[in-house]
Amino acid sequence: MCLATGVVRADWLQFRGPNASAVSTEAKVPGDNLKIAWTADLPGRGLSAPIVVGDRVFVTCSSGPGQETLHVFCFNAADGTKRWERAMRSTGRTMTHNKTCVAANTPCSDGERVFALFSSNDLFAFDLDGNLLWLRGLTFDYPNASNSLGMSQSPVVMDGTLVVQSENDSESFVAGLDVATGRNKWKLERPKAANWSSATVWKNTVALQSSKGILAVEPATGKTVWDYSDGASTIPSSAGAGDILYAASHGITALAPEKGSVTQLWRNEKLNSGTASPLVLGDSLYVVNGAGVLIKASLKNGDEAWKMRMKGPFSGSPVAAGKRIYIVNERGIFQVIDPEAPEGKVLKEIELKETVLTTPAISGGAIYVRSDAKLWKLQ
Amino acid sequence: MKSSLVCLFALAAVSLQAAADLSKPIEALRAVQKEGEGNEAAAQAWQEIVKADAATLPEVLKGMNGANPLAENWLRAAVGVIADEALKAKKLPVAALVTFLKNTQNSPGARVVAFDLIHRADEKLAEELTPTLLEDPSSDLRRHPVAKLIEAGDAALEKKDKDAAIVAYGKGLGGARDEDQIKELAKKLRALDQKVDLPKHFGFLMSWKMIAPFSNADRAGFDTVYPPEKELKFDAVYEGKTKEAKWVDFTSTEEYGKIDFNKPFGMEKSVVGYAATDFFSTEDRPAEIRIGCKDGWKVWLNGELLFARDEYHRGAKLDQYKLPCQLKKGKNTILVKCCQNEQTEQWTVEWEFQLRVCDATGTAILAAK
Repeated sequence: MCLATGVVRADWLQFRGPNASAVSTEAKVPGDNLKIAWTADLPGRGLSAPIVVGDRVFVTCSSGPGQETLHVFCFNAADGTKRWERAMRSTGRTMTHNKTCVAANTPCSDGERVFALFSSNDLFAFDLDGNLLWLRGLTFDYPNASNSLGMSQSPVVMDGTLVVQSENDSESFVAGLDVATGRNKWKLERPKAANWSSATVWKNTVALQSSKGILAVEPATGKTVWDYSDGASTIPSSAGAGDILYAASHGITALAPEKGSVTQLWRNEKLNSGTASPLVLGDSLYVVNGAGVLIKASLKNGDEAWKMRMKGPFSGSPVAAGKRIYIVNERGIFQVIDPEAPEGKVLKEIELKETVLTTPAISGGAIYVRSDAKLWKLQ
Repeated sequence: MKSSLVCLFALAAVSLQAAADLSKPIEALRAVQKEGEGNEAAAQAWQEIVKADAATLPEVLKGMNGANPLAENWLRAAVGVIADEALKAKKLPVAALVTFLKNTQNSPGARVVAFDLIHRADEKLAEELTPTLLEDPSSDLRRHPVAKLIEAGDAALEKKDKDAAIVAYGKGLGGARDEDQIKELAKKLRALDQKVDLPKHFGFLMSWKMIAPFSNADRAGFDTVYPPEKELKFDAVYEGKTKEAKWVDFTSTEEYGKIDFNKPFGMEKSVVGYAATDFFSTEDRPAEIRIGCKDGWKVWLNGELLFARDEYHRGAKLDQYKLPCQLKKGKNTILVKCCQNEQTEQWTVEWEFQLRVCDATGTAILAAK
């Protein structure tokens, strides 16, 4: 089919987009003068980010008194009209902390299929037209795989393997699933500790982050490529750029894994991300700390360049395209930032007037943001 | 005219053929199992089913009867696709769906889907059906009439008709099975000076024999088999972690049935406690033991381990875990192991659980004595 490769078409196929880097690879950038192009209503809650495949935007929601109804939506990117919706029922536990919800994991796509994972450990694979290809109930399979606070690890897909993490205090695992059938190719035990961070797709590996550190595995086999064991965050995820992984570990630790070993290049414990994951843009690293302060630091040595207090707080992560950073705070204030200004500068704010706890998606020169009730296209 | 009749006959034949052919693909969806087993065949079968005529919807829904939750989702997705097309074409077989809904032998999950489809096609008809669902086997379907009774009670109160409000709220409480609605109705009834027995409504087990403190150092106590797992001798005394472990009687006065180990044993850390009680059933019957607990726990019924969970302080709620089980007529012994860990934060103080016995709808099964 014509929908084949992602980066060329500049799709946004997973949490934080291409390679989970949060930086758009397309030439056409959203720019500064964004306006709301369209708004679509959603029937349920969601911390999951939208993803974009070609001319289609996919988003998940959960609804019902116990959030047992799991929705997967496909909208036309051009005008926000609904192409299809599937409503399923949770087979796993739906209890979460009040701030999060069952639709917390961002779906992902290989360009042909959409994989929607929920906090209940329900996993559905659809083709782009909404045909159900397979499903799994990972808590039905592994009954103690759940977290009473909710789970949020977003799946990633690479080399025909969907990598799904269900890391919790009890039955903690990561599995590589055949994208065609949903069956396990491999499954590894993971540290028995709650974990909300997502994998980073980087240098043909999937880097799995946990409180113990970062384990990079081959997606097709689950075999260890390298293992960093000095601990890492369980909320913000890491960011890869070039040959270096900027790990959310003791602030930020720059790692250069090579031939099975890992060299630590630098560490700056003051680059302490709150909930938002770090971002690499150009020759700088950006971190949003727990106080809503955006910190710019050097990629070479981690030295701080400037700090800018923004209108927070933030649950979602920043994303970037061209020379702009985009982020939405929990009060729904979408902010366009010029990171090249001497002390950083907020160029524009758009009030979405809803609580937003999620990360935007960028595709086709537009930005997509969702709340518990709406999906917006900003262009 | 003749050609039209031939066409109609042919269409009818195709439709009948389609209906007859669905049994095999439905069976393929019902055959899916854990770890993706059967997914390949199910994907092919699903494609056949979604092409079927809307008239087949009751048959596809019927496929959910007795199906595992994975198969239910395959079928639910297929129903959704067929129904979307039928709604667009205004060809949803509403009468057949009403018949399906009214047959309470059909699975609760399938009947919820049927009701939602009826609601999408004919909101007024769904409203008319709503009062009939108050005693429904599906707790989801009960929500609709309970919500209506809450509205009716509120409307009566606005008209200063306290008696009518009490009747509406009381009827609503009788049907309500979800915590949010039960809480709301209990509050409204109490505001009108009515007594509400929540432990009885939920079926919480309030009286237990409890013993502690055994060691849970390094969280190893969770898998350590202490004497209460081998014998229930309520006059026995065992070596405990910080003092002798003895059985004590404990009756909860908390209306959500919390059984709090901290009360008889003090706020210990890294400890294991046990609670035992007898539940007398009037008959052999299927049931659910539902537990809410934020500590590590295990539950046994008549010596059989039902489930074990080693998660600490991530939150607790009513019916957090639903454990299907089989009660026998007469005495059934329930044993709970409740493990407190080493954390010292203020939000890790709780060393407690709540437990109730009910049917799959959440209706309390009350003990015979």
